[in-house]
Amino acid sequence: MPDSTAVGLHHEEQHHPELLHHFADPQQQRDASSLGMWVFLATEIMFFGGLFCAYLIYRRWYFGDFAAASKSIDMALGATNTAVLICSSLTVVLAVWAAQTARRTLLLASLAITMLLGLTFLGIKGVEYKQKFDEHHVPGASFSFDHEEIPGHPGQYANPAHAQIFFSLYFVMTGLHALHMIIGLGIFLWLFLAAWRGRFTPEYNTPIEIGGLYWHFVDIVWIYLFPLLYLIDRHA
Amino acid sequence: MSEHSSSSPLKMYFAVFFALLAGTGLTVFAATLDLGPFNAPVALTIATVKATLVALFFMHVWHASEKLTKLVVIGALFFLLLLLGLTMTDYATRPWS
Repeated sequence: MPDSTAVGLHHEEQHHPELLHHFADPQQQRDASSLGMWVFLATEIMFFGGLFCAYLIYRRWYFGDFAAASKSIDMALGATNTAVLICSSLTVVLAVWAAQTARRTLLLASLAITMLLGLTFLGIKGVEYKQKFDEHHVPGASFSFDHEEIPGHPGQYANPAHAQIFFSLYFVMTGLHALHMIIGLGIFLWLFLAAWRGRFTPEYNTPIEIGGLYWHFVDIVWIYLFPLLYLIDRHA
Repeated sequence: MSEHSSSSPLKMYFAVFFALLAGTGLTVFAATLDLGPFNAPVALTIATVKATLVALFFMHVWHASEKLTKLVVIGALFFLLLLLGLTMTDYATRPWS
């Protein structure tokens, strides 16, 4: 079949160098990558879901103690960090758009600003952790949460053992979230270097799209962590 | 990716961005109000609206060309709902708790 050989060769010469031979076209390759990332994110949803479930059970049991412990966390820092992450999600979609429309400067700037915002988030997180260390609110031998009033119940004090459960959940959930941020920073550093070398084109920018999915997911986790950890019974 | 709005999705991105910032302000404000038993539901509703906006528009689920992607997203949420829903119905209906 000389004809089909000719077509095959023609195909080999034409297709984009980033198109792997087991995919029919770039669209299929992109969809496969995106689907794979979503399956990974599904496992991440279950992973964080277990922590949220533990949180809900203890919050139901020890609501007053959780409210008192939550009130000791700096709400302004948490709200600022929420805004920082939302800004970084915007720069991520701008990076994807810049790659799709071949805007090199915007692409590099968006990736760089995303990393800066990620570092800002971790810095603010560090300030918050420092406060908790200074106040002896870190679970462990030197933990102390005595004479902390339960919001809305004057004269009633939170049980330190129950407050310690809140802070354990606080540190595990925000700590694992911060770990995801650090991994995200590594991914974006790699994306930035690859973009610098001009690897991404309107035809091929899947890594930015996939890295972006990861970053947005970490943002979504924070969108839930912020009200659940920082805003329990703030009005009282 | 999005042939429907190939001209420029920028307007949509910025609209979602400002909606997310407004939602953050709203959730902080709502936390300072005494809504009785509704403080937590209001906070979670705002969070869910924000998360949905991020997923649909920033993560392109709305314009996903592959239906399988949407199936995975819905499937993941379904299993999360099973995890949280069934656990909490158990704890909420135990006579000793």
